[in-house]
Amino acid sequence: MSPGQRYEAIVIGASAGGLHALFYILEHLPEYLPVPVIIVQHRMAEQQELLEELLQSKTEMIVKQADEKESIEKGIIYLAPPGYHLLIETDRTFSLTVDHPVSYSRPSIDVLFETAAIAYRDALVGVILTGANRDGAAGIKRIREFGGYTIAQEPAEAQFPSMPSAAIATQCVKKVGTLNEISIFLSKISEV
Amino acid sequence: MELDNGAFRSLLQVVHSSYGYDFTEYAEASMKRRIIHYMELHKINDLQDLQSVILKDENIFRDFLQELSVTVTEMFRDPGFYKSLREKVVERLATYPFIKVWVAGCATGEEVYSLAILFKESGILDRSVIYATDINQHSLQIAKDGMYDAASMKAYTGNYQQSGGTSSFSEYYKSKYNSVMFDKSLKQNIVFSAHNLVMDKAFNEFQLIICRNVLIYFKQELQKRVLDLFNASLCTFGFLGLGSKESLRFGAEQSFEEVDRRERIYMKIK
Repeated sequence: MSPGQRYEAIVIGASAGGLHALFYILEHLPEYLPVPVIIVQHRMAEQQELLEELLQSKTEMIVKQADEKESIEKGIIYLAPPGYHLLIETDRTFSLTVDHPVSYSRPSIDVLFETAAIAYRDALVGVILTGANRDGAAGIKRIREFGGYTIAQEPAEAQFPSMPSAAIATQCVKKVGTLNEISIFLSKISEV
Repeated sequence: MELDNGAFRSLLQVVHSSYGYDFTEYAEASMKRRIIHYMELHKINDLQDLQSVILKDENIFRDFLQELSVTVTEMFRDPGFYKSLREKVVERLATYPFIKVWVAGCATGEEVYSLAILFKESGILDRSVIYATDINQHSLQIAKDGMYDAASMKAYTGNYQQSGGTSSFSEYYKSKYNSVMFDKSLKQNIVFSAHNLVMDKAFNEFQLIICRNVLIYFKQELQKRVLDLFNASLCTFGFLGLGSKESLRFGAEQSFEEVDRRERIYMKIK
């Protein structure tokens, strides 16, 4: 983390194996973060609210599905609804679309990351966790272009290494770390 | 690539004033993604260049318009929605001698055929007219043809079954190479036509309006106007079905009663 840098949002992308990685991170975050945490976890459209309930059991922060036009608030963990792309507008509200899947995925990590990069510029932290495809790599690149901070899970630790590896291959990842290291890093955001 | 806000708004203004299509009240993040995608595809480097080519050549504009307004859907998308229509709405529709339905923003038509199947199985298709409209002519042509990728049928069959379908889904289409063609009898009572929710007015009075995953593309002011348009186009006790992440807001909820909160089905009560 650059000294004095203020971060205003965290975006996290996870795919296959993501549930346990997210569990770990949420369990190791402080009770409150002064930023919103916005997550795309690939899942089947049928799994309506299950993921929210499971993640809520791991944290004191509010976990909710992002609603369209909703204002993004700090201290809340938002999840992309199944079957929709989640986008961030420059006025820092959410939009949803049913555009074509990107990298076979809807929600797509790239769509969230790319729009978040424009909305938060250098005040954004992007994290790529375990996954069996390469969604999120283009998004990580975009976050770096705008000066945001980028993190990928250590592929050797990831249950499915190809997604973090694809992100790292863009050469736009600032930090490669284990879930433990990522949790410690994100926790420090509250101290800035 | 990042689009300059001034040039982005100027482009939308020019499209509006030159061709009559108003996208200025569409949610911007998605619009910008679509424009960037179009520019990358056609190797156009900046918005000024894009603006001058679409002004010079109407065919290029038509192509650009397709890219800007295309939406995707599937048959029996959100099976619970169709199950709820079947269980909570059809019975009341059946009390009308003649049923008029508007599927607004029908995209490539998958949900129109889904509705026609549901109506057929409920015995009300013969006395219904389903008006299916979309802004996108290319999508509308696909909808009219009623021809879809055979590879999708497995998922659609699952959706159909979950929606409470009472027949065998494969009875409704014939396979040909990698495509399937939906039965002509489903089409007899469907009228496909171009309609722009942003600018066009009410054109009939309906017992049921379905508009799913269209409002999410609009800014709030436009959402409000379109909800007002639906309100004005429904008869009293008429039904409105929205997408699973859309809801009645901006005062529109005062005129409606929830029929199924989860599936976003409402009944106009005043």
